[in-house]
Amino acid sequence: MLTQTQHTPKEMKVVGTSPVRPDGVQKVTGIAQYGADYSLPGMLWSQILRSPHAHANIRSINTAKALALPGVKCVIVGADLPEQPFDYVGPERVAVNYWHMTRNILAREKVLYEGHAVAAVAATTRAIAEQAIKLIEVDYEILPHVIDVDEAMAPDAPLLYADMKTRGVEPAATKPSNVSKRFEFRVGDLEAGFASADEVVEMHFKTAPVHQGYIEPHACLARYGADGQAELWSSSQGHFVVRAYTAKLLGIPLSNLLVHPAEIGGGFGGKTVVYVEPIALELSRRTGHPVKLMMSREDVFKATGPTSGSSMTVKIGVKKDGTIVAADGLFKFQAGAFPGSPVMNATMCCFAPYIIENTRAVGLDVVSNRPKSAAYRAPGSPISAFAVESVLDVLASKIGMDPLKLRLKNAVKAGSPTSWGPKHSHDGYAETIQALLDHPEYNKPLGKNQGRGVASGFWFNGGGESTASVHINEDGTVVIATGSMDVGGSRASMALMAAETLGVPYESVRSTVADTASIGYNHVTGGSRVTFATGMVVVEACNKIIDELRLRAALMWDVDVTGVVWEDGYARPLDSSVGDFEPLSLKAIAAKRAVTGGPIGVESSINAGGNAPGFSTQFCDIEVDPDTGKVTILRFVAAQDVGRAIHPKYVEGQIEGGVVQGIGWALNEEYIYDKNGRLSNAGFLDYRIPVASDLPMIEAVIVEVPNPIHPFGVKGVGEANIVPPMAAMANAIYMATGCRLTELPMSPPKVLAAIDAKHGG
Amino acid sequence: MSKHHVSTVINGDPVEFLCETQQTLLNVLRDDLHMTGTKEGCGTGDCGACSVMVDGRLVCSCLVLGVEANGKSIQTIEGMADGQQLHVLQRKFLEHAALQCGICTPGFLIAARALLERNPDPTEEQVRFWLAGNLCRCTGYNKIIEAVLAAAREMRGA
Amino acid sequence: MELDKNDQGCEMSEIRFETPQTVEAASALLAGSQGLAKILSGGTDLLIQMRSGMSKPEMVIDVKGINEMTSVKIENGGYRFGAAVPCMHLVENKAFAKTWPGVIDGCNWVGSVQVRGRASVGGNVCNASPAADTVPAMIAAGAIASVVGPKGRRDIPVEQIAAGPGKTTLEKGELVTSFYLPERAPRSGDAYIRFTPRSEMDIAVVGCGINLTLDEHGICTHARVSLGAVAERALVVPEAAAALIGTPVDEAALTKLAAAASAAARPIDDKRGTKAFRIKVAGVLARRTAIVALNRAKGIN
Repeated sequence: MLTQTQHTPKEMKVVGTSPVRPDGVQKVTGIAQYGADYSLPGMLWSQILRSPHAHANIRSINTAKALALPGVKCVIVGADLPEQPFDYVGPERVAVNYWHMTRNILAREKVLYEGHAVAAVAATTRAIAEQAIKLIEVDYEILPHVIDVDEAMAPDAPLLYADMKTRGVEPAATKPSNVSKRFEFRVGDLEAGFASADEVVEMHFKTAPVHQGYIEPHACLARYGADGQAELWSSSQGHFVVRAYTAKLLGIPLSNLLVHPAEIGGGFGGKTVVYVEPIALELSRRTGHPVKLMMSREDVFKATGPTSGSSMTVKIGVKKDGTIVAADGLFKFQAGAFPGSPVMNATMCCFAPYIIENTRAVGLDVVSNRPKSAAYRAPGSPISAFAVESVLDVLASKIGMDPLKLRLKNAVKAGSPTSWGPKHSHDGYAETIQALLDHPEYNKPLGKNQGRGVASGFWFNGGGESTASVHINEDGTVVIATGSMDVGGSRASMALMAAETLGVPYESVRSTVADTASIGYNHVTGGSRVTFATGMVVVEACNKIIDELRLRAALMWDVDVTGVVWEDGYARPLDSSVGDFEPLSLKAIAAKRAVTGGPIGVESSINAGGNAPGFSTQFCDIEVDPDTGKVTILRFVAAQDVGRAIHPKYVEGQIEGGVVQGIGWALNEEYIYDKNGRLSNAGFLDYRIPVASDLPMIEAVIVEVPNPIHPFGVKGVGEANIVPPMAAMANAIYMATGCRLTELPMSPPKVLAAIDAKHGG
Repeated sequence: MSKHHVSTVINGDPVEFLCETQQTLLNVLRDDLHMTGTKEGCGTGDCGACSVMVDGRLVCSCLVLGVEANGKSIQTIEGMADGQQLHVLQRKFLEHAALQCGICTPGFLIAARALLERNPDPTEEQVRFWLAGNLCRCTGYNKIIEAVLAAAREMRGA
Repeated sequence: MELDKNDQGCEMSEIRFETPQTVEAASALLAGSQGLAKILSGGTDLLIQMRSGMSKPEMVIDVKGINEMTSVKIENGGYRFGAAVPCMHLVENKAFAKTWPGVIDGCNWVGSVQVRGRASVGGNVCNASPAADTVPAMIAAGAIASVVGPKGRRDIPVEQIAAGPGKTTLEKGELVTSFYLPERAPRSGDAYIRFTPRSEMDIAVVGCGINLTLDEHGICTHARVSLGAVAERALVVPEAAAALIGTPVDEAALTKLAAAASAAARPIDDKRGTKAFRIKVAGVLARRTAIVALNRAKGIN
């Protein structure tokens, strides 16, 4: 693992080490409680009835037989939840529409995908609940369905919404369609740009939808009390967001709902939305008992948001010297049953690593009869990058330029323009490319049927709202709490940053995630924002505590606070003129807290800005079996600029994990539907995520170009690493076989067919 | 409805429970015995999160009926540490950051221990193939493999 | 108008669970059951089918208490192993694995280590998936299944058990109790190779089992070739075997073998593979499997 730093950091004591995380022992002993691990006395079990049809009107639902089954306490359907206004709210990139959201939780007028929730029961045992849903009678009027994004855009395609007219078009759309919105980002003069190019390549791509694949199915425990006060134990990526969504969907004040952050078994974006929480809570409200609701793995595949499948056309022009002069992309993304694919992100990210004077990126958000898409690790960017990074590879080959050098030549840096307005505020991309150019394996010769491919990727990374509290215990140890769910060890990173700021050992800091009643607002754990934004506010709170500790020391010494400094975990006199005082530790100051002002604690909140984007550049070496099309990965090297690695092992882990998700996306993962629009592979047997024996060790190269806005230079690491792998593998397969694959996944039958076609077989 | 009365030994202690025929061992462990350390990831034997040992044999508890536990000895994650003494594998998983969300970790630990009991000096490839039945979506497996190999080294006294 | 009524029955039906101690008792339970009765050996297919509702037995018969079904022993120089012996058990039986490495190849590809800790060859054969991993090598080995039923005991070649996907030729009341593999001729080797998109955990897209014997000059005197996942059940391919017999299993013979294998394959398109892909790969695998079997016959690893 190579580490490059742009600036020489002052010597840090704990940041940059990799200690054991505070929740570690609980997780290796099976004690840690995830969403499905909670119970309460008198608890009821819930099950959901789901549509067997991809598209159908609901004529009627008869729940009488289910209600009559002994042990069943309640059955609810969509109409039992309050109606929501039809309105897109929030920032455009992440807008929500509660009219859609409530219908995804429980269908109303129609079912829009196989697996769409139609009714839910609460019963005294799991078995009775499972039996009860089989007794619910639904009268469906089956409608024709459409799944593929191109087919959904065809003029005679079945419409999911009779009144959906495409937003974002001029003049306004008059006819209904399945295209919910059009986005466009444009700079310069595309025609002139292409006219000036020496080489132009235009290619078409298709990608299949893929699921985040978290091993933990969605689960929660809900309790709604007779006093209107409610609690949820839910594994999510943001318990404040769970509180907001659930309260809105049930029509209750959010202050009446307390959400406890259960440990989460993977999310990758897919658990920033709610599925089971509103249902369980509504059932608890009606029955007066706690309700437990877990999804099965089949339900997870059939009814939770994967990311979009896509159909894309990308055209790029370059000069002989490698300057990219024009780029044009059309990105059509499947939103699933309700609008809201990440196509806007895709249109913004696709050309973002490159300085290109003339670009246009058009995105279309298209609904079709499959589950509503949800965020998946850098949502949208990996998909458009597959297209763009493949085309760049073809161009590099045409002008005889090394593909990394082509990228380096056009790489953005601080001050470079973006297609959506603001300038890039940070360096870092070029450094990731250079890291690979300098890598000892990059020029290693390969053998027969082997190939090497490179690709890069961009992700915005996020800032946003976070809150942290810091308290000094009576014994001088430190407790920090945030409201940021811990998906990958962030409790440890927070403790490292706090320990570094305070100048105390890591072991003296307790790091927790507090519930919604115990800490101020925190936005979701996603967007690669936690180490950045929540880390920032933890440091801010620690700095406030330091001011307070200096004040207490000043009182203890009876000097002015300006005479007290905080250094290496001690209050010290500024100089000998202040007085001859022994340094005071946290323990010493805490011991005197009662007479210096009482308990020592502070809470701090921010809306963090100044977040820096993530760039990742990767190369992979693969070998193709020319007789079966099977691809074996020999080597995968992923460089990512993370600003500063607070906990290097966890940072590596993020890079390694994102790359492997990208490998699965590239080679084998896809949704397979039958002709009735039913999912044929709703399980881990035939939805093929990588297993340990499929892979070599992934090599993570941590590049550190610190972000000056963040006290430790953090840029966030979670997402940018999943953006390049698919194109890197397509480029490698091309080098190995001479075949350019433009459809994902690049599964063996497709690779073999391409090889055979090339050889006239 | 009459249930089966099952007498078994779990992590060295005698345990009795009642269960219906169709209840899996996984359901019994989690729902009736409140031993939630064993996880349900898929319920169909494809992910390994529910791995336990039955009479010294590594199995998916979602593919074993609760009633089959009668007269058998079961080992779950809750019994892996010896009191407050973590098993070497548990320690190595922590040191090597072999977990991110941790949901797959109990299954991996049970499976890895079963490997090292049979083969104290596995190659990386052998570790990968033995653990192919345990899915992890967070780590990409790197640090899990490193942790298992490190544990093997320590257990061998190497 | 479509009224969707889901499944029938609102009663919580109790599933009877039996643990017979002899094969005759097991057979009697099967024969006498009114509703569906299923044998439980490893349970790695049955429990999944019960969970999905694909199988709704009224009685589950756990045969793992029957000695005949769980033992492995030498019989007349050959091996007899119980139909309920877990795959891992066979894999760990060093002597058996040395004698029949191809059968072990098949056992070693079933699911994961966890699944192999329970799954049995008997269950794999009788579940009758066309892609069953243990079947092609067992067929190539000339395995004979011992079947016990109301009319007594009979022996049938293992390739005659499967009738089609999920269906066997067994009569009501019959169960497979053990498999017999004959004594090994010298200079014999067997192998099973399958194609899957990942390296493990997948159902075979194509599988090939080959068993062959060489004479002292290295000429193949006996061969059996079986293909899995390319028809409604595993195939015996005499033309493929004929391509090897009388030859030193050289390049020419392998090419003929591959062609015969591809020609015999009559697969479908499904979520695991296309027709065209399976036909092509059947030939590719046959060649590779024969080479492994040949090397094993020669004592080369």
